[in-house]
Amino acid sequence: MSSEKEPLFSSKNIKLLTEPLGNSNPITVQVLGICSALAVTVKMKPAFVMALSVMVVLAVSNVVISFLRSSIPPRIRIIVQLVVVAAMVILVDQILKAFVYDISKQLSVFVGLIITNCIIMGRLEAFAMGNKPWVSFLDGIGNSAGYGIILIIVAFFRELLGSGTVWGYQVVPEGFYKFGYQNNGLMILPPMALIVVGIIIWVQRARNKKLIESK
Amino acid sequence: MKSFSNTYIFIFSSVMVIVVAAVLSVAAITLQPFQKRNVEINKKQNILASLNIESTAKNAEEMYNKYITESYVVSSNGVVIDGVNAFNIDMKKELAKPLTERNLPIYVGSIDNQTKQYIIPVYGKGLWGPIWGYVSLKEDLSTIFGTNFAHKGETPGLGAEIETKWFQLEFVDKQIFNESGKFVSVSVVKGGTADKESKHEVDGISGGTITSVGVDQMLKDCLSSYEPYFKNIKK
Repeated sequence: MSSEKEPLFSSKNIKLLTEPLGNSNPITVQVLGICSALAVTVKMKPAFVMALSVMVVLAVSNVVISFLRSSIPPRIRIIVQLVVVAAMVILVDQILKAFVYDISKQLSVFVGLIITNCIIMGRLEAFAMGNKPWVSFLDGIGNSAGYGIILIIVAFFRELLGSGTVWGYQVVPEGFYKFGYQNNGLMILPPMALIVVGIIIWVQRARNKKLIESK
Repeated sequence: MKSFSNTYIFIFSSVMVIVVAAVLSVAAITLQPFQKRNVEINKKQNILASLNIESTAKNAEEMYNKYITESYVVSSNGVVIDGVNAFNIDMKKELAKPLTERNLPIYVGSIDNQTKQYIIPVYGKGLWGPIWGYVSLKEDLSTIFGTNFAHKGETPGLGAEIETKWFQLEFVDKQIFNESGKFVSVSVVKGGTADKESKHEVDGISGGTITSVGVDQMLKDCLSSYEPYFKNIKK
């Protein structure tokens, strides 16, 4: 541990926030948390709430684990991480049920399944177990933002092409439908989410050649 | 890495479990009233939807009090049972009981203060989980005024279509009794094959066959148990 005090937002800390948005994005680069990215991205609103829920769960769990990191016996550390994550997820689920019932109905089981989201256990094990609370918090926010931004991009295209709306508002003019335009029903089904994620990965790697694995 | 004794591990895990349990129970208890209210409002919205009335979470209470005039419970032989609140009845639990012991809730509504609509809750099985809904009947107790169906986890675009307007509107003006007064329900048949002239058939959902059959079965099971009560009213 270094004795000199680091500023809260040093360039190293800022990197923790911004790296996961691009070059180490949990979904497009690390390919974690794909299942929920397929399931909750039919409409933007649920995708946003899901991203926010993951952010709360990951940031708080990261901080809690980081505080406890030297007192957690290594032999049961995975269990401890799981208990912390599960408790947070239940809390979030209960709060959603109490205050945004409609959206919690749409998210249904997927809030509960945040527990199994690989991103969360991955960050706890790889980062929070070995770093101080503040940087762990930033790491949690950064990674969940990276997850959330992909979720929202995918949801934007699926909602626009699948339902003709954005954030619940009709954006495809009524007139289009008169000329035979139809919403693409396939966009609503999970396979298209996979394809949209695939396209995002493609675009990202075309722009940043460093991400392409060497053969 | 530090090593920890077994005693430490036991104490650590016990304390952790107790703390987490305490936090979660406090949260569950404080949030329960809000959650219960949301479920109630949602139920009221669904009941109103079966009368083809759109409501929002905000005005559902007010609309419900305006349009739903009474609610009561009847037995399977058609007698009104006193002292049971229809609104609090869980259809899943009722359907698990033998027919003769079931409490069958009925809501009576009136959209224009002159005619009466009878709303019957229905509950059944879809492909992935439960499906449920409300069916409102006109005063003749045979013609369907409106329906509302919901589901837990049917396939989007296929079985989940039962939640959409086009499917629910198909049932309007269909009849659950035939000319000779026999209960025939409304059959959900293979998509696109329903006889347009028939008063007892609607199109199912192509690709959502099991859910369609589930709706068909749900209507038969649930509506038929009210038959004795309907006969009593008509007399």
